[in-house]
Amino acid sequence: MNLIQMIQAPQMRSDLAAFKVGDTVKVHFKIVEGKNERVQIYEGLVIAMKNAGIGKTFMVRKISYGVGVERVFPINSPRIEKVEVVRLGKVRRAKLYYIRTKIGKKSKVKEYIPVKKIAAPAPTKA
Amino acid sequence: MIGLIGKKIGMTQIFDDTGRLIPVTVIEFAPNTVVGKKTTEKDGYSAVVIGVKEMKKIQITKPYAGQFPEGIAPTKILQEMRDYEKEVAVGDKLEVASFEGIRYVDVTAISKGKGFQGVMKRWNFGGGRSTHGSKFHREPGSTGQRTYPHKTFKNVKLPGRMGREKVTVMNLRVVRVDAENSMMLIRGAVPGPRSCTVVVRDAVKKTK
Repeated sequence: MNLIQMIQAPQMRSDLAAFKVGDTVKVHFKIVEGKNERVQIYEGLVIAMKNAGIGKTFMVRKISYGVGVERVFPINSPRIEKVEVVRLGKVRRAKLYYIRTKIGKKSKVKEYIPVKKIAAPAPTKA
Repeated sequence: MIGLIGKKIGMTQIFDDTGRLIPVTVIEFAPNTVVGKKTTEKDGYSAVVIGVKEMKKIQITKPYAGQFPEGIAPTKILQEMRDYEKEVAVGDKLEVASFEGIRYVDVTAISKGKGFQGVMKRWNFGGGRSTHGSKFHREPGSTGQRTYPHKTFKNVKLPGRMGREKVTVMNLRVVRVDAENSMMLIRGAVPGPRSCTVVVRDAVKKTK
Protein backbone atom coordinates (compact mmCIF):
# COMPACT_ATOMS: atom_id res chain seq x y z
CA MET A 1 0.00 0.00 0.00
CA ASN A 2 1.46 3.32 -0.92
CA LEU A 3 1.54 6.36 1.35
CA ILE A 4 -1.43 8.10 -0.25
CA GLN A 5 -3.67 5.09 0.08
CA MET A 6 -2.51 4.74 3.67
CA ILE A 7 -3.64 8.28 4.46
CA GLN A 8 -6.97 7.84 2.72
CA ALA A 9 -7.95 4.41 4.00
CA PRO A 10 -8.92 5.39 7.57
CA GLN A 11 -10.96 8.33 6.31
CA MET A 12 -13.14 6.35 3.93
CA ARG A 13 -16.70 5.88 5.20
CA SER A 14 -18.65 2.76 4.52
CA ASP A 15 -21.34 3.22 7.18
CA LEU A 16 -23.62 5.48 5.10
CA ALA A 17 -26.77 4.08 3.59
CA ALA A 18 -26.40 3.24 -0.08
CA PHE A 19 -28.19 5.65 -2.39
CA LYS A 20 -28.08 6.50 -6.07
CA VAL A 21 -28.66 9.39 -8.41
CA GLY A 22 -32.42 10.02 -8.58
CA ASP A 23 -33.12 9.11 -4.97
CA THR A 24 -34.58 11.60 -2.54
CA VAL A 25 -32.45 11.72 0.58
CA LYS A 26 -32.30 13.42 3.96
CA VAL A 27 -28.74 14.45 4.83
CA HIS A 28 -28.11 14.93 8.53
CA PHE A 29 -25.27 17.44 8.52
CA LYS A 30 -23.49 18.72 11.61
CA ILE A 31 -23.18 22.49 11.78
CA VAL A 32 -20.98 24.42 14.20
CA GLU A 33 -22.48 27.69 15.38
CA GLY A 34 -20.01 29.43 17.65
CA LYS A 35 -19.50 26.81 20.30
CA ASN A 36 -22.69 24.87 19.74
CA GLU A 37 -22.99 22.00 17.38
CA ARG A 38 -26.31 20.99 15.93
CA VAL A 39 -27.57 18.72 13.22
CA GLN A 40 -29.31 20.24 10.23
CA ILE A 41 -31.41 18.11 7.95
CA TYR A 42 -31.20 18.85 4.26
CA GLU A 43 -33.70 17.01 2.11
CA GLY A 44 -33.66 16.88 -1.65
CA LEU A 45 -33.04 14.98 -4.84
CA VAL A 46 -29.59 13.55 -5.59
CA ILE A 47 -28.85 14.91 -9.06
CA ALA A 48 -25.16 14.03 -9.45
CA MET A 49 -22.30 12.06 -7.99
CA LYS A 50 -18.64 12.60 -8.68
CA ASN A 51 -16.41 9.64 -8.03
CA ALA A 52 -12.88 10.54 -7.08
CA GLY A 53 -11.87 8.10 -4.37
CA ILE A 54 -11.60 9.99 -1.10
CA GLY A 55 -12.93 13.11 -2.81
CA LYS A 56 -16.22 11.53 -3.83
CA THR A 57 -19.11 13.98 -3.63
CA PHE A 58 -22.86 14.05 -4.24
CA MET A 59 -25.08 16.96 -5.16
CA VAL A 60 -28.51 17.41 -3.59
CA ARG A 61 -31.09 19.75 -5.11
CA LYS A 62 -34.19 21.09 -3.43
CA ILE A 63 -36.61 23.92 -3.95
CA SER A 64 -36.50 26.27 -1.00
CA TYR A 65 -39.17 29.02 -0.97
CA GLY A 66 -39.42 28.81 -4.74
CA VAL A 67 -35.68 29.02 -5.29
CA GLY A 68 -33.66 26.06 -6.40
CA VAL A 69 -30.81 25.24 -4.00
CA GLU A 70 -28.00 22.80 -4.77
CA ARG A 71 -25.50 21.59 -2.23
CA VAL A 72 -22.47 19.41 -2.73
CA PHE A 73 -21.49 17.10 0.12
CA PRO A 74 -18.20 15.19 0.35
CA ILE A 75 -19.38 11.65 0.95
CA ASN A 76 -16.50 10.89 3.32
CA SER A 77 -17.02 13.98 5.45
CA PRO A 78 -17.15 13.26 9.18
CA ARG A 79 -19.74 16.03 9.45
CA ILE A 80 -22.36 13.87 7.78
CA GLU A 81 -24.09 12.08 10.60
CA LYS A 82 -26.27 9.90 8.40
CA VAL A 83 -28.08 9.81 5.10
CA GLU A 84 -31.68 8.62 4.99
CA VAL A 85 -33.17 7.44 1.75
CA VAL A 86 -36.72 8.79 1.60
CA ARG A 87 -37.72 7.70 -1.89
CA LEU A 88 -36.03 5.66 -4.56
CA GLY A 89 -35.95 7.16 -8.03
CA LYS A 90 -36.09 5.54 -11.44
CA VAL A 91 -33.73 7.38 -13.78
CA ARG A 92 -31.80 6.56 -16.92
CA ARG A 93 -29.04 9.10 -16.61
CA ALA A 94 -26.03 9.55 -14.31
CA LYS A 95 -26.41 13.34 -14.03
CA LEU A 96 -29.84 14.92 -13.70
CA TYR A 97 -28.81 18.47 -14.57
CA TYR A 98 -31.78 18.71 -16.99
CA ILE A 99 -34.08 19.00 -13.99
CA ARG A 100 -32.88 22.57 -13.39
CA THR A 101 -34.74 23.80 -16.45
CA LYS A 102 -37.91 21.79 -15.92
CA ILE A 103 -40.96 22.88 -14.00
CA GLY A 104 -44.08 21.10 -12.83
CA LYS A 105 -44.49 17.43 -13.53
CA LYS A 106 -41.42 17.25 -15.74
CA SER A 107 -39.21 18.19 -12.81
CA LYS A 108 -40.26 15.06 -10.99
CA VAL A 109 -38.46 11.76 -11.01
CA LYS A 110 -40.44 8.54 -11.28
CA GLU A 111 -40.39 6.40 -8.20
CA TYR A 112 -38.57 3.13 -8.41
CA ILE A 113 -40.58 0.28 -7.01
CA PRO A 114 -38.47 -2.84 -6.72
CA VAL A 115 -40.12 -5.82 -8.32
CA LYS A 116 -40.95 -8.45 -5.77
CA LYS A 117 -39.53 -11.82 -6.52
CA ILE A 118 -42.37 -14.12 -7.34
CA ALA A 119 -41.89 -17.44 -5.71
CA ALA A 120 -41.57 -20.23 -8.21
CA PRO A 121 -44.77 -22.29 -8.37
CA ALA A 122 -44.57 -25.50 -6.46
CA PRO A 123 -43.77 -28.40 -8.72
CA THR A 124 -46.91 -30.26 -9.53
CA LYS A 125 -46.95 -33.92 -9.24
CA ALA A 126 -46.86 -35.60 -12.56
CA MET B 1 17.18 27.12 9.70
CA ILE B 2 15.94 23.56 9.82
CA GLY B 3 15.54 21.75 6.56
CA LEU B 4 15.52 18.37 4.88
CA ILE B 5 15.52 16.89 1.41
CA GLY B 6 12.35 14.96 0.62
CA LYS B 7 10.43 13.35 -2.19
CA LYS B 8 7.06 14.54 -3.41
CA ILE B 9 4.62 11.62 -3.37
CA GLY B 10 1.46 13.34 -4.56
CA MET B 11 -1.64 15.13 -3.41
CA THR B 12 -4.72 13.98 -1.53
CA GLN B 13 -7.13 15.43 0.99
CA ILE B 14 -7.83 14.98 4.68
CA PHE B 15 -10.57 16.07 7.07
CA ASP B 16 -9.39 17.94 10.16
CA ASP B 17 -10.87 17.69 13.68
CA THR B 18 -13.75 20.00 12.83
CA GLY B 19 -14.54 18.08 9.66
CA ARG B 20 -13.12 20.68 7.33
CA LEU B 21 -11.56 19.42 4.13
CA ILE B 22 -7.89 20.25 3.61
CA PRO B 23 -5.98 19.63 0.35
CA VAL B 24 -2.54 18.27 1.20
CA THR B 25 0.70 17.29 -0.49
CA VAL B 26 2.45 14.21 0.85
CA ILE B 27 6.22 14.42 1.14
CA GLU B 28 8.33 11.46 2.13
CA PHE B 29 11.69 11.81 3.82
CA ALA B 30 14.35 9.18 3.62
CA PRO B 31 16.98 9.64 6.35
CA ASN B 32 19.17 12.61 5.41
CA THR B 33 22.87 12.13 6.06
CA VAL B 34 25.01 14.99 7.25
CA VAL B 35 27.95 14.76 4.89
CA GLY B 36 29.78 17.94 5.75
CA LYS B 37 29.92 21.19 7.62
CA LYS B 38 30.97 24.69 6.61
CA THR B 39 32.32 26.95 9.30
CA THR B 40 32.67 30.70 9.52
CA GLU B 41 36.38 30.42 10.28
CA LYS B 42 37.22 28.30 7.28
CA ASP B 43 34.56 29.02 4.69
CA GLY B 44 33.23 32.42 5.71
CA TYR B 45 29.76 31.16 6.50
CA SER B 46 28.21 28.42 8.55
CA ALA B 47 26.19 25.68 6.92
CA VAL B 48 25.42 22.00 7.05
CA VAL B 49 25.66 19.85 3.95
CA ILE B 50 23.06 17.11 3.79
CA GLY B 51 22.64 14.37 1.25
CA VAL B 52 20.20 11.66 0.25
CA LYS B 53 20.14 8.74 -2.15
CA GLU B 54 23.23 6.64 -1.63
CA MET B 55 25.01 5.85 -4.87
CA LYS B 56 25.95 2.50 -6.27
CA LYS B 57 29.64 1.75 -6.36
CA ILE B 58 29.74 1.83 -10.14
CA GLN B 59 28.26 5.33 -10.26
CA ILE B 60 30.89 6.95 -8.06
CA THR B 61 33.87 8.61 -9.65
CA LYS B 62 36.99 9.22 -7.57
CA PRO B 63 36.78 13.03 -7.75
CA TYR B 64 33.15 12.92 -6.66
CA ALA B 65 33.92 10.60 -3.77
CA GLY B 66 36.75 12.88 -2.71
CA GLN B 67 34.44 15.52 -1.29
CA PHE B 68 32.92 13.12 1.21
CA PRO B 69 34.61 12.41 4.54
CA GLU B 70 35.80 8.90 5.20
CA GLY B 71 33.20 6.37 6.27
CA ILE B 72 30.31 8.25 4.66
CA ALA B 73 28.81 6.81 1.54
CA PRO B 74 28.60 9.32 -1.33
CA THR B 75 25.07 10.54 -2.00
CA LYS B 76 23.58 11.64 -5.29
CA ILE B 77 21.69 14.70 -4.04
CA LEU B 78 23.45 17.31 -1.94
CA GLN B 79 22.09 20.45 -0.35
CA GLU B 80 23.65 23.09 1.85
CA MET B 81 21.55 24.48 4.68
CA ARG B 82 22.74 27.83 5.98
CA ASP B 83 22.93 28.43 9.76
CA TYR B 84 21.46 25.11 10.84
CA GLU B 85 19.68 25.58 14.15
CA LYS B 86 20.13 22.02 15.36
CA GLU B 87 23.36 20.63 16.74
CA VAL B 88 24.45 18.01 14.24
CA ALA B 89 27.64 16.09 13.65
CA VAL B 90 28.96 14.71 10.37
CA GLY B 91 27.49 11.26 9.82
CA ASP B 92 24.20 11.96 11.62
CA LYS B 93 20.96 10.76 10.09
CA LEU B 94 18.27 13.45 10.15
CA GLU B 95 14.66 12.29 10.32
CA VAL B 96 11.37 14.02 9.71
CA ALA B 97 10.88 14.32 13.46
CA SER B 98 13.14 17.37 13.42
CA PHE B 99 10.18 19.29 11.95
CA GLU B 100 8.19 18.68 15.13
CA GLY B 101 6.76 21.97 16.39
CA ILE B 102 7.23 23.87 13.14
CA ARG B 103 3.99 25.31 11.74
CA TYR B 104 4.98 26.87 8.44
CA VAL B 105 7.53 25.77 5.83
CA ASP B 106 9.00 26.92 2.52
CA VAL B 107 9.28 24.32 -0.23
CA THR B 108 11.78 24.52 -3.11
CA ALA B 109 11.76 22.29 -6.18
CA ILE B 110 12.19 22.26 -9.94
CA SER B 111 8.79 23.03 -11.46
CA LYS B 112 7.13 20.98 -14.20
CA GLY B 113 8.31 21.82 -17.71
CA LYS B 114 5.64 23.40 -19.88
CA GLY B 115 7.53 23.44 -23.20
CA PHE B 116 7.54 26.33 -25.67
CA GLN B 117 4.73 28.65 -24.65
CA GLY B 118 3.30 31.92 -25.91
CA VAL B 119 3.20 35.18 -24.03
CA MET B 120 -0.32 34.74 -22.68
CA LYS B 121 0.52 31.60 -20.72
CA ARG B 122 4.15 32.46 -20.02
CA TRP B 123 3.87 36.12 -19.01
CA ASN B 124 0.13 36.55 -18.42
CA PHE B 125 -0.37 38.96 -21.34
CA GLY B 126 -3.97 39.93 -21.90
CA GLY B 127 -4.21 39.05 -25.58
CA GLY B 128 -6.62 40.65 -27.98
CA ARG B 129 -10.26 40.23 -28.94
CA SER B 130 -11.15 36.96 -30.57
CA THR B 131 -14.09 38.29 -32.62
CA HIS B 132 -15.53 41.53 -34.07
CA GLY B 133 -12.95 41.70 -36.86
CA SER B 134 -9.99 41.60 -34.54
CA LYS B 135 -6.81 40.26 -36.12
CA PHE B 136 -4.84 40.41 -32.88
CA HIS B 137 -5.42 37.30 -30.79
CA ARG B 138 -2.51 35.88 -28.80
CA GLU B 139 0.44 37.78 -30.28
CA PRO B 140 3.15 39.47 -28.19
CA GLY B 141 2.61 42.86 -29.88
CA SER B 142 5.30 45.48 -30.12
CA THR B 143 8.75 44.66 -28.78
CA GLY B 144 10.38 48.08 -28.98
CA GLN B 145 10.49 51.64 -30.31
CA ARG B 146 11.68 53.15 -33.63
CA THR B 147 14.91 54.15 -35.40
CA TYR B 148 16.14 55.03 -31.99
CA PRO B 149 17.04 52.75 -30.15
CA HIS B 150 16.93 50.56 -33.25
CA LYS B 151 17.00 47.32 -31.32
CA THR B 152 14.88 45.24 -29.04
CA PHE B 153 16.05 45.58 -25.48
CA LYS B 154 17.15 42.59 -23.48
CA ASN B 155 14.69 40.87 -21.15
CA VAL B 156 11.63 41.76 -23.22
CA LYS B 157 8.90 39.24 -22.44
CA LEU B 158 8.56 36.96 -25.47
CA PRO B 159 7.48 33.37 -26.15
CA GLY B 160 9.88 30.63 -25.14
CA ARG B 161 10.55 27.69 -22.90
CA MET B 162 8.47 27.78 -19.74
CA GLY B 163 8.78 25.90 -16.47
CA ARG B 164 11.48 23.50 -15.29
CA GLU B 165 13.02 26.18 -13.14
CA LYS B 166 13.74 26.44 -9.45
CA VAL B 167 10.61 27.61 -7.65
CA THR B 168 10.08 28.27 -3.97
CA VAL B 169 6.61 28.38 -2.44
CA MET B 170 6.64 30.12 0.90
CA ASN B 171 4.55 29.91 4.07
CA LEU B 172 2.84 26.57 3.54
CA ARG B 173 1.14 25.20 6.64
CA VAL B 174 2.32 21.91 8.08
CA VAL B 175 -0.75 19.76 8.60
CA ARG B 176 0.87 16.66 10.05
CA VAL B 177 4.33 15.31 10.79
CA ASP B 178 4.28 11.53 10.76
CA ALA B 179 7.56 10.20 12.16
CA GLU B 180 6.39 6.61 11.99
CA ASN B 181 6.03 6.64 8.20
CA SER B 182 8.68 9.39 7.84
CA MET B 183 6.36 11.65 5.91
CA MET B 184 4.86 15.08 6.21
CA LEU B 185 1.58 16.56 5.04
CA ILE B 186 1.71 20.14 3.79
CA ARG B 187 -1.37 22.20 2.99
CA GLY B 188 -1.72 23.07 -0.68
CA ALA B 189 0.42 22.37 -3.71
CA VAL B 190 4.20 22.31 -4.06
CA PRO B 191 6.22 22.69 -7.27
CA GLY B 192 7.37 19.77 -9.35
CA PRO B 193 6.05 16.47 -10.68
CA ARG B 194 5.37 13.45 -8.50
CA SER B 195 8.45 11.72 -7.06
CA CYS B 196 10.64 14.78 -7.62
CA THR B 197 13.16 16.01 -5.07
CA VAL B 198 11.97 18.84 -2.86
CA VAL B 199 13.79 20.85 -0.22
CA VAL B 200 11.62 21.65 2.78
CA ARG B 201 12.73 24.12 5.42
CA ASP B 202 11.10 26.19 8.14
CA ALA B 203 9.48 29.35 6.85
CA VAL B 204 11.72 32.39 6.62
CA LYS B 205 8.96 34.98 6.78
CA LYS B 206 6.11 33.39 8.69
CA THR B 207 7.40 31.97 11.93
CA LYS B 208 4.30 31.96 14.14
